Amino acid sequence: MNLFETSHLTKAFGGLIAVNDLTFQVEKGQIYGLIGPNGSGKTTVFNLINGYYPITSGTIHFEGQELNGLPTWKICKVGIGRTFQIVKPLRRMTVLENVMASAFSLTAKQEVARDKAIEVLEFCELVKKQDYPAKGLTIGDRKRLEIARALATGPKLLLLDETMAGLTPQEQAEGVKLIRKIRDSGVTIIIVEHIMHVIMNLCDLILCINYGQEIAQGTPAEVANNRAVIEAYLGKE
Amino acid sequence: MKTMRWSTLVPLALLVVFPAIVQSDYYRHIFIIALMWVVIGSSWNLLAGYTGQVSFGHAIFFGTGAYTAGLCVTKLGISAWWGMLLGGPVAALVGLFIGWVCFRLRGPYFALATIAVGEIFRIGATVWRDLTEGMQGILIIQSFRSKIPYYYLALLVAGACVYAIYRVINSKWGYYFVAIREDQDAAESMGISAFRYKSLSLLVSSFFTGLAGAFYMNYMAFIDPHVVFSLHYISIMAILVGIIGGVGTLWGPPVGAFIMVLLQETFRSSFFGLLPKWVSEGHVLVFGLLVIIVIRYLANGIVGDWPKISQLWSKGKPLPSATAGN
Amino acid sequence: MEVFVQTFVSGILIGGIYALVGLGMTLIMGVMKIINLAHGQLMMIAMYITFVLFEQLQLDPYFSLLVAMPALFIIGAIIQKYFLNPLLKVDSILPENQVLMTVGLGMVLTEIIRFIFQSDYKSVTTSYSTEFIYIGEISFNQAMVVAFLIAVILTLILFFFLLKTDIGRSVRATAQNKDAALLMGINAEWITIFTYGLGSALAAAAGSLLLPIYYLFPDIGGPFTLKAFIITILGGMGSTVGAIVGGVVLGIAESMGATYISMALKDAVGMVIFLLVLIFLPGGLKAWTKI
Repeated sequence: MNLFETSHLTKAFGGLIAVNDLTFQVEKGQIYGLIGPNGSGKTTVFNLINGYYPITSGTIHFEGQELNGLPTWKICKVGIGRTFQIVKPLRRMTVLENVMASAFSLTAKQEVARDKAIEVLEFCELVKKQDYPAKGLTIGDRKRLEIARALATGPKLLLLDETMAGLTPQEQAEGVKLIRKIRDSGVTIIIVEHIMHVIMNLCDLILCINYGQEIAQGTPAEVANNRAVIEAYLGKE
Repeated sequence: MKTMRWSTLVPLALLVVFPAIVQSDYYRHIFIIALMWVVIGSSWNLLAGYTGQVSFGHAIFFGTGAYTAGLCVTKLGISAWWGMLLGGPVAALVGLFIGWVCFRLRGPYFALATIAVGEIFRIGATVWRDLTEGMQGILIIQSFRSKIPYYYLALLVAGACVYAIYRVINSKWGYYFVAIREDQDAAESMGISAFRYKSLSLLVSSFFTGLAGAFYMNYMAFIDPHVVFSLHYISIMAILVGIIGGVGTLWGPPVGAFIMVLLQETFRSSFFGLLPKWVSEGHVLVFGLLVIIVIRYLANGIVGDWPKISQLWSKGKPLPSATAGN
Repeated sequence: MEVFVQTFVSGILIGGIYALVGLGMTLIMGVMKIINLAHGQLMMIAMYITFVLFEQLQLDPYFSLLVAMPALFIIGAIIQKYFLNPLLKVDSILPENQVLMTVGLGMVLTEIIRFIFQSDYKSVTTSYSTEFIYIGEISFNQAMVVAFLIAVILTLILFFFLLKTDIGRSVRATAQNKDAALLMGINAEWITIFTYGLGSALAAAAGSLLLPIYYLFPDIGGPFTLKAFIITILGGMGSTVGAIVGGVVLGIAESMGATYISMALKDAVGMVIFLLVLIFLPGGLKAWTKI
């Protein structure tokens, strides 16, 4: 059984079809990439998985259970974590408090939440800044915080939404290292990304979409050489 | 439990011995009212300052608590003191209902909805004479001639309220409330049901406000819809207490309550008789000016922006930005 | 049947004037996204200005419009520039800071007026306040009819302004998308100042027009602020056509409520409509009927 799969996933906003009949599967332990030009519907897919938008038609299954209609917070409890493209730090809390707030989804006790939060912060190499107010962080650290917060809920599947955007090459390399570390710790990952070399390096499988529709699915090598993919990115003038 | 600091113990001790030191019923009355506002302001602050849901309708819960106590006498023929037991839970139930209706609205729309519901309650209580005696109000016989029992009861309720909020803030709930305030969407992604926790916050908030209302019925012995469901005298006053004292802080509302009530009384009595009569009309003007100044320059209230204020007093060195709340 | 038509017509007449209040509010809400809880107080000031002009100079309220509107425009612009715009830079826990600021301003304005004029009810009776026009069995209060007509004229001028002039278009652009407007070179700060001034001027117009019909006292502002909200939410935030429709609907609803239910519940009718719209029709009538 696949850890995660969608079947004919479709989302329409009135007359505009943002996600059109997407079907793909993600196996446990994979890093699965979702790419496509700007506006192709990638974040919408995440919003559907995450429960932000109701699905128009099609299904989403996680560990064999159908996710349709569950509210966002329940989907988190079920084991799917998510980061946002435009990071959403809880600005007036410290780094530690941010992650503790997440960790409380696993426990009601403060000491336990605190320990879990510190553990996650160490994993994300952010522990030295635990008492910094979140709003004072650099963009790189905010992204780490975003990931740490998602990890503190103990997810089995992590949705990463354009984590690399706005980072320096050095920071990107560190990001890639962290993502691999996350996968190695047993978390499956679906990653939306724009930066090609990151995606090609990290992912086991890739789905490329445009206008909400699939245009290619396969290994990085297969997708990179796919004509439709190349056209989608370069062809339209 | 953490050991309490001197800054907490000393005022508390003073409050406990206050009636022994001050014999005047007039001043005791002012402090009783101030203690009542500690409860209302702190409750409002839990929902607004900590959870980010700015209610303009807390009069709903106050009035519900007050009328629960009043109706004990007029409809059930029992003492209004039973209202102290019932007022909180009844107000909390009303709170749940209002949350269910209004929490789907965000930010300013939520505030507007609470104004509307507050007015509906006020008009309803005025018109539904069979239930509430309408504008005639409910009059009961005061149980005690002396202010002292009422004072200590008010102190007890205020203390319980602040303590309860203290425990809530420093628990999982507290983290969840602030997360919702900071970013509701992010909070949902962290496994927090915004609706559930907003409702829990409102439950505690409305419970204590209702309790304050029931106390008011017993203490003042007279209520009518115009006073206890008032947008200006209750709902907006609660907001003023919260913001001037300091939203999102534990001690902000208690400080705000005493400041506002003392200020109000100072003006109403024309500075205790020292200034000409027309000054007595000025307290609302002063409140308005305070609001303007605080929002413009001291957005986190007197307690929240205390570093800023003490900076004005000390000469020279600016204080470093200490807290996350700056 | 006559009662119904009478009630209906009265509702429309008062609704036309309510629409002016709502128009001001919806522009402010649309452009600045703030809830102006001082709106009624601004109207109240215009009413006092009109009253003074009437008392001292025997100036007809409808002419006082020409004084009250500019006066409130200036007051509104000052408020926006010195009290509201600076708040955008303040980082506070409560995002509703601007709203609370308007609460404070409203309180101060009310108390200043109370200090000058005391709290007793004042009224202005013009020669036509108590005159009625009759069409068949239906009577129209002359003052209301004239006020309604002037309100319509002002509304038309406003629409012309918003649709045809550059400033008007800038206001609409900023209301629709502030960032895009900024990118196109519109000075958003000036537009907010202008819009608040314009909204205040419209409230002032409503005040002058309503003075012959209402008793005047310092606290008269509050209920009108609430009415303005009901209209704005009913019609859809930022929708000028919606404000007109909302104003008329509210006028009719109140009129019907007063006649068929009771005077006391008249205000409750507005509140209930408000709540229902907030909950079930979040975009207002605008969204529902695609005005």
